[in-house]
Amino acid sequence: MQIYLPIAEVSVNAFLLLGLGGIVGLLSGMFGVGGGFLITPLLFFIGVPPAVAVATGANQIVASSFSALMAHLKRKTVDFKMGSVLLAGGLVGSALGVYVFTLLKQLGQVDLLVNLFYVVFLGIVGGLMMIESLNALRKSKRQGPTKAKKRGRGIVQTMPLKMRFRASGLYISAIPPFLVGLSVGVLSAIMGVGGGFIMVPAMIYILGMPTKVVIGTSLFQIIFVTAFTTLLHATTNYTVDIVLALLLLVGGVIGAQFGTQIGAKLKAEQLRIALAGLVLIVCGKLALDLLLTPSDLYSIGTS
Amino acid sequence: MRFLASLVTLVFLSLPLAAEELVLGLSQEEVRITTRFDGSDILIYGAIKRDLSEVDPEDEPLNVIITVAGPSGPTTVWRKERVGGIWMNTDSVEIDRAPSFYAVATTAPLPDILSETEDLRHKISIPRAIRSVGAPRNIEDAESFTDALIRIRERNGSYLVYEKSAQLREDTLFDTRITLPANLTEGEYTTRIFVTRDGAVLTHEQAPILVRKVGLERWLFTLSRQQPLLYGLLSLALAVAAGWGASTFFQLIRR
Repeated sequence: MQIYLPIAEVSVNAFLLLGLGGIVGLLSGMFGVGGGFLITPLLFFIGVPPAVAVATGANQIVASSFSALMAHLKRKTVDFKMGSVLLAGGLVGSALGVYVFTLLKQLGQVDLLVNLFYVVFLGIVGGLMMIESLNALRKSKRQGPTKAKKRGRGIVQTMPLKMRFRASGLYISAIPPFLVGLSVGVLSAIMGVGGGFIMVPAMIYILGMPTKVVIGTSLFQIIFVTAFTTLLHATTNYTVDIVLALLLLVGGVIGAQFGTQIGAKLKAEQLRIALAGLVLIVCGKLALDLLLTPSDLYSIGTS
Repeated sequence: MRFLASLVTLVFLSLPLAAEELVLGLSQEEVRITTRFDGSDILIYGAIKRDLSEVDPEDEPLNVIITVAGPSGPTTVWRKERVGGIWMNTDSVEIDRAPSFYAVATTAPLPDILSETEDLRHKISIPRAIRSVGAPRNIEDAESFTDALIRIRERNGSYLVYEKSAQLREDTLFDTRITLPANLTEGEYTTRIFVTRDGAVLTHEQAPILVRKVGLERWLFTLSRQQPLLYGLLSLALAVAAGWGASTFFQLIRR
């Protein structure tokens, strides 16, 4: 069934969009990532103009993340205090990121830069996660149940402004989470994604939060940052396509529900390996696009 | 066919006689883009009025060229080059005017029925319909950018050539069908008819086709432009409602 999208001005298959939304929703529920790093390239691929894909992707992430967050709220796996600190940083960061994005646009080459950002960040994050979780899995097999890891060394513990994050079982300074939120905000504005794939590992490895709480908390932060981005795009570039968003999010919210159920059954290490694998696949695809000779050297730009 | 014949008769009766007369009709003068829009066929038909006393049997046969052009605008074409192992856009040429959609239907291969000078004058063939005046000085092969634009747009069905698809009966009645693709943009489209003999354009005529969004499409598009904040909030409300709805629904069925 073909549907004409009023803002994108293209006609696409409605079931294709529902399926796409469903897959991304599933991942969103499982891993606590918004799925923007998947949905935006996929929308380019089916012929949606890049500007519309980025803006509408953000709106879709709000929906699937909200659906997944509801499930996490029921299980009480959201650290609101930590989420608020991350969010404060995220909003500052995304405003900063939009400013940087405009600067880059004036210099040209913004597409290339976005792609390079993707390859570098997805590569680092995916690679580190894969190595770490494979090691963890090997250890747990050898020694049986893992001993409670001793956290609490390094810079994170020595900074001022200490706060107690009960849900995460942490007593750390508010500055590191604020900075994590800020840097993710900057990146998400430049890359047009929620930033969960960077924030989730940052929360685990830098802040030392338990994996189960990380996902719900990351979803909480993503909802607000992507909502902010959606509004920014709608009012400045007029690129949010509500029909496209509706189709994606109907599939997305259903997928997210199944995703949280699957996520609850999997072990934390397995979950991390799966996410790392996914991140590395997307990274590899984008890297190939940059390195291989394109089928057509010419392209039509949007002026 | 009866319809065409009666139309022709009507026109012949109502128009004053002139050396060359051309009447043209469209199966629809307005293309309405609805939510379910996935392309549209337009039948373009008409008649050439000829004074039979002036017809010379020695004459070359008449030919008809029909074009449909979408709204034009400046377009930037980029070219990639390998820089340090990575393919990146390096050169660009801004093409002054290129139609978003262009279709040409003819009764015979275009080069056989239209001379180069006439093409230049009336801008009929696809390369002529695109206007590229000044390329940046550092780019020597500006033409390859125009060629690329045509190649890309032909590949995605925005530029179409239907050679020999138009029909001309008895040197008088002509008709053709042009398929407008699903990824149509809004605006005023122009249909042009050229009657040629021996490569020269004898007469031409044009008519507009209005392509516009209607109903929900129109409403959403207008809202997004005139009330962007409201539109943005509406999108968000929809997103939150869908997210909340799905999660509540799933909890109900799980119980």
